[in-house]
Amino acid sequence: MQAYILKRLLLFIPTLVLATLLVFVILRLIPGDPAITKLAGDTGEAQFTQEQLATMRAELGTDRPLYVQYGDWVWGMLRLDFGESLYFEEAVARDLATKFPITLELTVLALLIATLLAVPLGVVSAIKQDTPTDYVARVIAITGVALPNFWVGILIVYFLVLLFDWIPPLGYANLWEDPGTNLQQLIFPALTLGFYNMAFMARVTRSSMLEVYREDYIRTARAKGLAERMVILRHALKNALLPVVTVSGYEFGRLLAGTVVIESIFVVPGMGKLLIDSVFHRDYTAVQAVIVVTTASVLVLNLALDVVYGWLNPRIRFT
Amino acid sequence: MAQERRITAAFPEAVIRGLLPGSAIWRNVGRFARRKPLGAFGAAVALILIVVAIFAPFIATKDPSETNHRLVYARPGSELLLGGDQVGRDVFSRLVYGTRVSLYAGLLSAFIGATIGMLVGVASVHFGGKTDLIVQRIVDTMMAFPALILAIAIMAALGASLNNVVIALSIAFIPSTARVLRSQALVVKEMDYVLAARAIGAGHGRIIFRHMIPNCLALYIVLVTVFLGTAIVAEATLSFLGIGVPPDVASWGGMLNGAAQRYVRLAPWLGVFPGLAIAIVVFAWNLLGDSLRDVLDPRLRGTG
Repeated sequence: MQAYILKRLLLFIPTLVLATLLVFVILRLIPGDPAITKLAGDTGEAQFTQEQLATMRAELGTDRPLYVQYGDWVWGMLRLDFGESLYFEEAVARDLATKFPITLELTVLALLIATLLAVPLGVVSAIKQDTPTDYVARVIAITGVALPNFWVGILIVYFLVLLFDWIPPLGYANLWEDPGTNLQQLIFPALTLGFYNMAFMARVTRSSMLEVYREDYIRTARAKGLAERMVILRHALKNALLPVVTVSGYEFGRLLAGTVVIESIFVVPGMGKLLIDSVFHRDYTAVQAVIVVTTASVLVLNLALDVVYGWLNPRIRFT
Repeated sequence: MAQERRITAAFPEAVIRGLLPGSAIWRNVGRFARRKPLGAFGAAVALILIVVAIFAPFIATKDPSETNHRLVYARPGSELLLGGDQVGRDVFSRLVYGTRVSLYAGLLSAFIGATIGMLVGVASVHFGGKTDLIVQRIVDTMMAFPALILAIAIMAALGASLNNVVIALSIAFIPSTARVLRSQALVVKEMDYVLAARAIGAGHGRIIFRHMIPNCLALYIVLVTVFLGTAIVAEATLSFLGIGVPPDVASWGGMLNGAAQRYVRLAPWLGVFPGLAIAIVVFAWNLLGDSLRDVLDPRLRGTG
C-alpha cells in the first residue's frame, strides 16, 4: 500500500508542474503587452513615453526572460504568493483566501446532493431493468444531462422570483457564523449544479450495478440463501460503487467549472465569479491564479481518491 | 483495395443509384428508424437544425439585428412570434440565426478537436516507447483542467470571437479523444493486418492512415456526435458568460445573458425560448449519439 501511494505521489508532482507550465504558456499567448494595457488606461488612449513603458515593464517584471518569470511565479505560489492583481492592485492571494472556501463549500454541497440522489436512482434503475421504473429513472438522467445547467439556473431564479418574490442576496453569510442564512444562499445553486452531475453519476451507477449483478459471487450470495436486500446492499452495491468513486473525482472538476456559471447567475461571491470578472478586466495574474488553484484542487482530490480506491479495492494495490 | 478504387471511380453514378427509392441506403435508414426510434428522432431534429441554419434568411421574419423601439419587450404572439427583446429585436429571428452560430461552433470544434485527438492518440501508440510516455503525460495534464476552465483560459488569451470559440473548444476536446482512441489503437496495433503491413515494410504514414485509423473510425464517429452536443452547450455557456461570441451576434447563449436575467418580471420569455432551443437540440443529439454508439460499438451495448 505504501509503494502504491508513493507511486501515485510521484505521478502527481510532474502533472502539477506541467499544468502550471501549460497555464503560463496559454496566457503568454496573449497578443499585446500588459504594460501597454496598463499605461494606456481604461480608455486605451492615454499617452506615455518609451521610458515610462520601460519602467512599467520593469515594475511588472515582464522585461525579464520568460523562464525567469515562470520560475519566479512558481516559487511565489509555493509560498502562497500569487502575485499582484493587475486590476485591483492588491495581492491575489487575499482575494482567493475569502473566495476559495465559498466555492469549495458550494462544490462539496453539490457533490453530496448529486451522490445522494444518483446512487439510489441508479440502483433502482438497475434492479428494475427494462421496467417502467427503469425508463422513468433513465429519462430523468438523460434530461439532467441535456439541460444546460445555466438555463436550469435561470429557470430556478425565475421560479423563485415569480413565486416567492425572492431576490439574489447581495451579501454572503459565513458558514461558521450564520449557518442558516449560508445554507439558504447556497442550497439553490448547489441543487442546480448537483442535478446535472446527478444525471451522469446515475448512469454510471446503473451500468456498473448491471455488470456486478451478473458476477458469480452474487449468484453465490443468493444461493446461500441471503435475503435479496442483503445481496444488493452488502455484495452488489459495495462493488458497484467503485467506478462511482472514480468518476466522482472527474465530477468534482466539472462541478468546479460549473460554479463559474452558477455563481454568476445566483450572485455567489466565489472563485468562479472572480475568474469571469478577472477575464473581463484582463487581469491575467488573477486568471492564472484561479486556474492553478482549481486544477491543483482537482489533482489533490484525484490523488486522495486513488488512495481511497486502492484501500477499497485490494486488486489494484498489488499490480 | 482494388474494389475500393472502382467504387470511387464510379462515384457519381453509384451515388445517384444509391439514393433512388428502394435502394440499400433507404432500407438501412428505415431499419435504423425501426430499431432505434429515439435515435431517428434525434437524427430528424439534427436535420431540421441544419436546414434552419442553411435557410436562415428565408425562415427568419426580420433582420436579427434590426432594433425597433416600438417593439421593446413586445409580448410573444402579438406582432412578433416569440416576442421582442430589450432593444426591440425579434426573438424568433435571432433564434433562427443563432442556429448558425451553434452549428458552426459545434460542428467545427467537434470535428477539429476529435480529428487532432485521434491523430495524437493513434500516432502515440504507433510510435510507442518514449513518445507515448511523453504524449500521455501531456494528455494527463490537460485532462487535469476541467474542460470549461481550459476553454475560459484560452478565450481569455484570444479574446471573444466565434472562431476563437472554435479554437478553444477544439483544444478542450483533444485530450479526452486522445485518451479514448489510444486504448482502441492499442488493440488495433496488435492485429494481424497491422503486423502484416509492418512485415512488408509499410511506412509510418501508410500504417497509421491506411490500417490503424480506419479501424478506429467507429469510435471517432461516436465521439464527434457526443462532442457536438457538448460543444453546443459549451459555446452557449461561453457566450452566456460574455466571453464567447461577441454580444451583437445573435447566439443562443448570448440571448440568455443580460436582460434575460435582469427583467424576469417584465419579459420572462427572453430567458425561456433560447434555453428551450438549446435543451431540445442537445437532448435530441444525445439520443442520436446513444443510438449511434449502440450500433457502431457493440461492446457498449446495453450499458447506457
